[in-house]
Amino acid sequence: MGELLTTPSQTVGPYLSIGLPWEDGPFVVPEGTEGAFWIRGTVTDGAGEVVPDALIETWQADPQGGFDHPDDPRGRAESGFRAFGRCPTDENGEYRILTLLPGVLPGEQGQQARHIDVSVFARGLLNRVVTRIYFEDQDNSGDAVLASVPAERRDTLVAKKTEDGYRFDVRLQGKGETVFFAL
Amino acid sequence: MAAPTDLRLPRYPREPEDANAPLDFAGYRSTKLRHPSQPLVLLPQMLTEVTGPLLGPGRLGELDNDLTRQHDGEPQGQRIIVTGRLLDGDGRPIRNSLVEIWQANAGGRYRHTGDRWPSPIDPNFSGLGRALTDDDGRYEFTTIKPGAYPWKNHDNAWRPAHIHFSVFGSAFTQRLVTQMYFPEDPLFYQDPIFNSIPDEKVRQRMISRFNLERTVPEWALAFDFDIVVRGREQSVFEDEEDED
Repeated sequence: MGELLTTPSQTVGPYLSIGLPWEDGPFVVPEGTEGAFWIRGTVTDGAGEVVPDALIETWQADPQGGFDHPDDPRGRAESGFRAFGRCPTDENGEYRILTLLPGVLPGEQGQQARHIDVSVFARGLLNRVVTRIYFEDQDNSGDAVLASVPAERRDTLVAKKTEDGYRFDVRLQGKGETVFFAL
Repeated sequence: MAAPTDLRLPRYPREPEDANAPLDFAGYRSTKLRHPSQPLVLLPQMLTEVTGPLLGPGRLGELDNDLTRQHDGEPQGQRIIVTGRLLDGDGRPIRNSLVEIWQANAGGRYRHTGDRWPSPIDPNFSGLGRALTDDDGRYEFTTIKPGAYPWKNHDNAWRPAHIHFSVFGSAFTQRLVTQMYFPEDPLFYQDPIFNSIPDEKVRQRMISRFNLERTVPEWALAFDFDIVVRGREQSVFEDEEDED
């Protein structure tokens, strides 16, 4: 255990758009990057209403499965890939992230399927909620995290192919509720 | 690629139940339709979770840490210096790391189309700041003490004065958004967001400390606010050099 006690989380409130969004936030890679695609989705609440005051953040490996981070024991990937995306939802509850497909990663039991970690912040969320994006046209069969999720809820983590990339909707509560993780 | 057995990853122990607010908190009405109703699934901390964005100098403009100098004129209100350290639970400073803040003006009004509280908008205050931590993990902002404001959560509800803080730490597990409060605010007892933290001692960690040493005579008051993100388990694989 650590020696200092952590600062607790609080809600971002309704005015997160003053401080958190960046102009280039949705662009994990610049437009026109070869192989780049959009992940688009809508955030909805337990009544099925769209959430216009949420923020999505994404974190992922680069296409070769590397991280530009000192704690990657395989060595630091200095590919210049930001790996981080950030987009507030608009008045229709929609966000979008332009990125590249992350690489396959080693896991505790075999390999981890290609995935992106996601944080969701919003008014009414006292702490962020965390989920993962998998891709429907990739091989997800050996992934231990996906296998640990009840079978009937697994598809809430799998982004569906669209014309310009993938769709990944986030349902905070109720029917079709997205699987959220404890870290 | 290393075989899985070679993956020596740091671990970030889970926090005790009362270290954070529950996602469903009746006193704060907006949680009602937005909290997950299904239990959270435990996510093992693998490569994606123990790494995270290292967002440094590229994200910073020259006046981003001085919210009183971002316009032609000076904003209304009491000038304050807010400073503190970004640490992990083991007391290690998190260096060269991005800290973002946003806040209301001295009258408690946010510069946002959604804010209908009829307190004047200050043309000289945007309420947005960014800073990088230094080698000791220290950040500093010059700003204006935000005002309290009413909201519609419950009868005669007022938010205590607060500044929103967003920090990344150095791993996905450490990402934190919180609010800094001011000492002895008379509005604490009726505020469900502040009181969503179950343990009173834990709540106190969100209250800044008046810092006489850091005040600037005839110019600014000062408040100290250390932010602690989740520590990582000591492991035999860590380099001695990493210790501070």
